[in-house]
This record gives sequence, structure tokens and C-alpha cells, in this order.
Amino acid sequence: MKLIFILKDGSRAEVEAKAGATAMETAIRNNIRGIDGECGGCCSCATCHVYVEPVRALLLPPPDEVERELLEGVAAERRPTSRLSCQIVLSEELDGLILQVPAAQS
Amino acid sequence: MDDRLVIIGASYAGLQLAAAARDGGYAGPIVLLGDEAHAPYQRPPLSKGFLLNGGTAQPLKGPDYFAQADIEFRPGTRAVAIDRAQRELMLADGTVLAYGRLGLTTGARCRTLACEGAQLDGIHYLRTLDDAARLAAAATGVRRVVVVGGGFIGLEVAASLRTLGKDVSVIEAGERLLGRVAHPIVSRYLHDLHEAKGVAIHTRAQVVRVAGKDGRVAAVHLDDGRELACDLVVVGIGVVPNDELARSCGLLVDGGIVVDRYARTSDAHIVAAGDCARYPNPWARTPTVRLESVQSANDLARTAAATVCGRPAPYRAVPWFWSDQFSCKLQMAGLSQGWETVEVVGDPADHQFSIRYFLQGQLTGVDSVNQPGVHMQARKQLQQAVLATQ
Repeated sequence: MKLIFILKDGSRAEVEAKAGATAMETAIRNNIRGIDGECGGCCSCATCHVYVEPVRALLLPPPDEVERELLEGVAAERRPTSRLSCQIVLSEELDGLILQVPAAQS
Repeated sequence: MDDRLVIIGASYAGLQLAAAARDGGYAGPIVLLGDEAHAPYQRPPLSKGFLLNGGTAQPLKGPDYFAQADIEFRPGTRAVAIDRAQRELMLADGTVLAYGRLGLTTGARCRTLACEGAQLDGIHYLRTLDDAARLAAAATGVRRVVVVGGGFIGLEVAASLRTLGKDVSVIEAGERLLGRVAHPIVSRYLHDLHEAKGVAIHTRAQVVRVAGKDGRVAAVHLDDGRELACDLVVVGIGVVPNDELARSCGLLVDGGIVVDRYARTSDAHIVAAGDCARYPNPWARTPTVRLESVQSANDLARTAAATVCGRPAPYRAVPWFWSDQFSCKLQMAGLSQGWETVEVVGDPADHQFSIRYFLQGQLTGVDSVNQPGVHMQARKQLQQAVLATQ
């Protein structure tokens, strides 16, 4: 399946993704700039913040309480479409999902 | 090679120094030396998810990263001496590598047991991926585990192995768990949590001897005469900074490689960062600290990269840390050492509370349990407090 990142300069990076991996792992694996994931994906740092395309944001299971609290602390603007990419588990129905990289992670 | 940046040590600090230097426009060659065989990988999961879920290591960068960033990564490569006058390193294989700028990110190594029986099979330390793989493999066949050390590594391993169904005992020499880094209320909370999950905690207890049978551990003997039968011992009694290379070549070393707030050592061409480095930190009450955390390694390495790129900016990143044990997420913002007063918010009995540490009326740190929102708020507040004064 494919995952599409909109980078900070506005360009698009389309990458191959595996169902079952998280969006953060996929970003790191593909050297997507602007997604840090400093805690390695255990929902402790809020540096893997992304904006999910509004149309499909509702397809994702909603954030749990830990993710919601961490989202309060993201460095960039928090939007209704903000998610931590370490909590987005990819599946075939998310093929072509577009994630926007925020202006900063810290 | 006047513009070659050579970095000794390829974990968080080394990789971040290389990456941030390249991102910052460093134009010369960048060579990253690591003494392990693996490309840089996530370390925090080694005491947690790796043990729980049949570990695979998570690389810190994608497989194409070094090629894309034009960074030469040399695994399995160890530096044995630095000649600062010639600006050369000698590697373990006898070859010589010239540098223009040098980054020392050599990390730390586990402190080892010194008592009788310390060489027996079945005694494990946990620092590297290979350590974790050995521990995970050894743990499958055993029932009784003794963990020596009630710090973060000891407690996380204890929680993981207990979750896997082992009988686990933790031996802590100090009065309480996490004695060096947390308030007694936090120590008590974790002590109670571990005991509720069936981990036996022994504080004010030291291991004086490890007894063996056929070359393998069979029991640990404590200083009060008690004997705990066991099949596996995991030792987490702290680390020692790898500052010998620096000391040998005449750099200023004092329980770590001493650097200034720009990550510069006593040599103008050499920077240092990570677990091996001792540096001034705005949240510390002492002139320098040596912090053992992913955040400190990454942020001091970024500072070092800015220095190497000719745009020095003082280190000003708020310390933060986390530890996951059973269902507990403990998060720490700022630094609490030397606290004078504390404010407790919430009730540990609710499994959600925080401790705010004050020194001379100023908030210096916040520990929170299962309250990520409080943690993030504290980080912001502590960060802004320092930025406002500089």
C-alpha cells in the first residue's frame, strides 16, 4: 500500500507502506524529514505529530486518552486533524492516506 | 583532511550529530564510526517491548539514509587512540584516520558486579541489542530471576519479565527504588506497583556473592545472610562513561568528557555529546551534569552540530525522560536533584498524580504518573522559564 507525506516545503513524498506498520515507522524508514519520533513510538514524546487529510481522518480509530493528552503538547499548531503518527496503524483501507508534516516537532 | 568530520560512537548522539551537521549544511565528508555490528537502533524498547514481544530491533534511520545524506557509516569499527596534534585517530585494525573535526559520542558501559561469582553464566547486563537478544533467549527457559539494581533498567526489566510470568526479585542497595532520581513518593508508588504485580522488592540489600552450579548461577547471597535461589540474574547497577579515549589524549575529563554549553571539549576541534559528556544544563543546580537519556543525547548532539557548522548556539533544551513499567507511564520533565520543597498534585492511590519540585522557590522539575498532559504542560512551562531568562 502507499502512504503520501506532504513535506514542509509543500512537496509530496509517496512511499511504500506495510499494513500493520505505523505511519511513524514508515516515515522513519523512508527518511521523511520533519517526523522525529524521539521516544521510538511508545506515545511519550509528541514529536511524530502529523495532520491527517480531513476526508479520511475519521477512518482512523479515535485517539485514546494518552494520545489526546500528548497532542495537547505538540510544538506546532494543533488542529482537529492532528494525530501522533506512532498511533496510526496502517491497513489496506488506508491505502493512499495523505499525512501532512507540521512546521516543527520541538 | 581539514574538513572531514569524524564521529566516534554511533548511537543516538553520534547519529544525531552526523545528521544535524549534514542538515545544517556541513559540506565536508562525515564519517560515523560504531563499534557494534548493527546500524543505529532504538534502545528504550530493549528493556520493554523487545523482551515482551519477541524482539526485533527498530533502526533509527531507514536503510537508504546514509547514502542519501552522504554520511559514511562504518560499523564494527573501534578507535583506540587520538593524536590531537596530528588530528588523527588510530583504529583497532591499525589504520589511521585523519580528522578535521572530531565528535566524541562514545556513550557509557555497564558497571559490573565485583563480587564472588560475577563470572558465572546466567548473569546478564543490558546495554546493547546483542545483550537484549541474549537476555530474551535466556529468559525463555527460566522461572526465577533476580534483578540487581532498583533503577530504571532494573525496574523495567523486572516488569517485563514478571509480565512474562517469571518469579522476579529486585535487590536494591539504597533505601528506596530510584533513590538517585525521584522523590520518595514516586519510589513508594513504584515499589507498591511492583509488589502488587508479584515482584519481590528488597531494599537496603546488597548482593555479596553469586553461587553457581556447573558454572551457572544458582542463587544470590545477600548481605543480611539471606539466599535467593534463581536461574537468571540481570544486573542494572548503573553505567560508567566511556571517557578513557578522551582522557588518554589529554582532554578535560571529570566523570565524563567535559564540554561547555556549545558542546566543545577543551580542544577547539573536538565536540562531545551523549552519555559520555558532562555539560552545563540550565535546569541543573550543579555547574555540569551528565544525563543518561535519549533527549539529552539528541539535543546536546544538535548543539554540537551547530558548533561544527559554525553557528554555535548554547544548549537550552528542557530535559525530559520517561519509563514504562507495567501499566505505569512515569514521565519526568526538568531536573529534580537538589530539590528543597515539593508539591504533590493528586493522589498516588488514584494511579494518577504528579510531583512538582522547587529550588529557591523556582520550579525545576515535574514527575508525573499516567498524566501525559501534565508532563507536556510541565515541559512547556520549564522550557519557557529558561528561555525567558536568556
